[in-house]
Amino acid sequence: MNLATINIAAILPTLVLSVVGIVVMVAEPFVGEQKKSNLGWLAFAGTLAAMLSLVPMANNRGQWYSNLWIVDDYDVFLDFIFLLIAAITILTSMDFLRREELNHPEFYSLLLFATAGMLMMAASNELVMVFLGLEILSIATYVMAGFRRADLKSNESALKYFLLGSFSSAFFLYGIALIFGATGSTNLLAIADALRSSKIQISLVSLSAALILIALCFKVAVAPFHVWTPDVYEGAPTPVTGFMSVGPKAAGFAVLFRVFLTAFPSIEDRWGSAIWMVAALTMILGNVIAVVQPNIKRMLAYSSIAHAGYVAVAFAATSDRGVSAALFYLLAYSLMNLGAFAMVTIISRKEDKLVNVTDYAGLGSKRPGLAAVLSLFMLSLAGVPGTAGFAGKFFIFRAALESRLVWLAIIGVVTTVISFYYYLSVIVQMYMREPHDEFSDVRLCGSLKFALVISAAGTLYLGLLPTRVLDWTTTAALR
Amino acid sequence: MLETWVPVLIFFILVAGFGTVSLVLSYAFGPKKPDARKLSPYECGMRPIGSARERFSVKFYLVAMLFLLFDIEAVFLFPWAVVYRDLKLFGFFEMLLFIVVILAGYIYAWKKGALEWER
Amino acid sequence: MVTTFHYLLLGAALFTIGVIGVLTRRNIMIILMSIELMMNAVNINLIAFSNRLQQVTGQVFAIFVITVAAAEAAVGLGIVIAMFKNKETMNINEIDLMKW
Repeated sequence: MNLATINIAAILPTLVLSVVGIVVMVAEPFVGEQKKSNLGWLAFAGTLAAMLSLVPMANNRGQWYSNLWIVDDYDVFLDFIFLLIAAITILTSMDFLRREELNHPEFYSLLLFATAGMLMMAASNELVMVFLGLEILSIATYVMAGFRRADLKSNESALKYFLLGSFSSAFFLYGIALIFGATGSTNLLAIADALRSSKIQISLVSLSAALILIALCFKVAVAPFHVWTPDVYEGAPTPVTGFMSVGPKAAGFAVLFRVFLTAFPSIEDRWGSAIWMVAALTMILGNVIAVVQPNIKRMLAYSSIAHAGYVAVAFAATSDRGVSAALFYLLAYSLMNLGAFAMVTIISRKEDKLVNVTDYAGLGSKRPGLAAVLSLFMLSLAGVPGTAGFAGKFFIFRAALESRLVWLAIIGVVTTVISFYYYLSVIVQMYMREPHDEFSDVRLCGSLKFALVISAAGTLYLGLLPTRVLDWTTTAALR
Repeated sequence: MLETWVPVLIFFILVAGFGTVSLVLSYAFGPKKPDARKLSPYECGMRPIGSARERFSVKFYLVAMLFLLFDIEAVFLFPWAVVYRDLKLFGFFEMLLFIVVILAGYIYAWKKGALEWER
Repeated sequence: MVTTFHYLLLGAALFTIGVIGVLTRRNIMIILMSIELMMNAVNINLIAFSNRLQQVTGQVFAIFVITVAAAEAAVGLGIVIAMFKNKETMNINEIDLMKW
């Protein structure tokens, strides 16, 4: 290794996030109690700076640092999603942390570190890097889930997330160790080359692919590895739940696509059917169980499982069209789900007390603006035409049909119809039930408004004018 | 292959034999005058108070955890030291950067008062 | 003669013990230890493969695994302590505020 392989521009967004994260962390004890929220804005500025530095990064395509860091369109698009998620989450949590008297700016550091981990995952061309990125993301998220230290529910959520997360990390590691033994490399391209030659022990490779698949399925919460999801999502502080339901999920899928479509395409006959079953099971379980959830956070948890199922359908298509549809869907899903969780943050009031669907009764007459925005997110999550959710689902089912996955597409459409029931029940509560709450203590400060505007505008834009973003995802899918 | 380990085996037998023999001999021939003081758990003149099975203070945990983290980070110095000459000045500054990042964590822990025993 | 295969067997055995420990034990500390055992079983595999293939990647990876496992253990213990302050139990079955 010599100086010539160094390329700062290729890692600039990750670098910016890490440095700002460290600065926020070290500055925290030196800053007075009144000025702590300024650190939140500093973190927000950090994500914006990282987003700007995507431009020099995109001009440095190729493989860097001994081929373990790859910059391509796929990477740039995913980084954009991750940074958007981080920015919206910071905006949502600023008011939340003040309200809950949890104003510790370490939260923003952790969020930035987690985002840096996600960027590493998307850019890694090497399983060691994937592991490191995954762990940076996971460890920061464990702490964020337990951020409300004095609350037993938050503790429990963090503990469950931690135990299952590190359990699945161990499986992931074992899979990497085996693939290293079988092919003599942890570089994705080198693995792909080795697998094309015939001298490989195919049973060892299949076992390692299975272990890696299981571990990543845990991370993205698809059935049958989803059981931790509702508990963890319910107990975590609401903005963190919003982050967890989109961030680690998108990063996990980024790795799934990268690893399986780059390294393991030659043994697709061995994992293709597994993805098929995972996708079908996830869509059915997620949507059916969501119907009976009275708690809106649990309902959205099952809904997030269901949405992971739709992305898994795009994965099962194993085509460039499928990857493109999945990328589009991840962006659309991130925007609408973060918006929905921002609304849940607002309505739940202090200590996340009011989180039942029935607590939304009469919101339409008392606070029509908020109700309209929440309706938009619910309709988009359900997939009503004109919203981002519809466009995303449409592209995914089209990709599935092109890959002759007719049954998956049918299951997808049927479960989407089921999902209308629980999304619309929120809207029914808001507009057709008598209010038993004045919603007079619902405060809406600047940063939260900003977060809602970004998510709502994005949801509408992707729904009404999807072509430009779709062109982008199409080039991104070619990697 | 296995023959090379025979001296080690002989050594093990010798060690075990010596230990056993000296224990048995001192038990058989040594004088025994037990009294209550001598039979107490720690023969240091102090009367033991309370049970030894007490909970440790959480403070120990915090210090131990900080030690563990900073200690483990040092593991990266070993492979770095192995290839230090090949890396030349670049390696030096790279490691300096790494240490600075750890230092940032240290400053944070310090300023937060995690290193203070009495709070 | 100890071959790579024996090391792999040891790694697989330790990993399995770890998995069984996580699934059957109810004490949080023992579950944490089982997870550490799984990670270290992987390290044995990595070193064995690294030795057999005469490649240093495996050893470097093992160092990364050790550090990451330490960081994870520290965070895990922190979470357990935070919980213990609110509810004095180490039994995973008693941590059941949320159930479906």
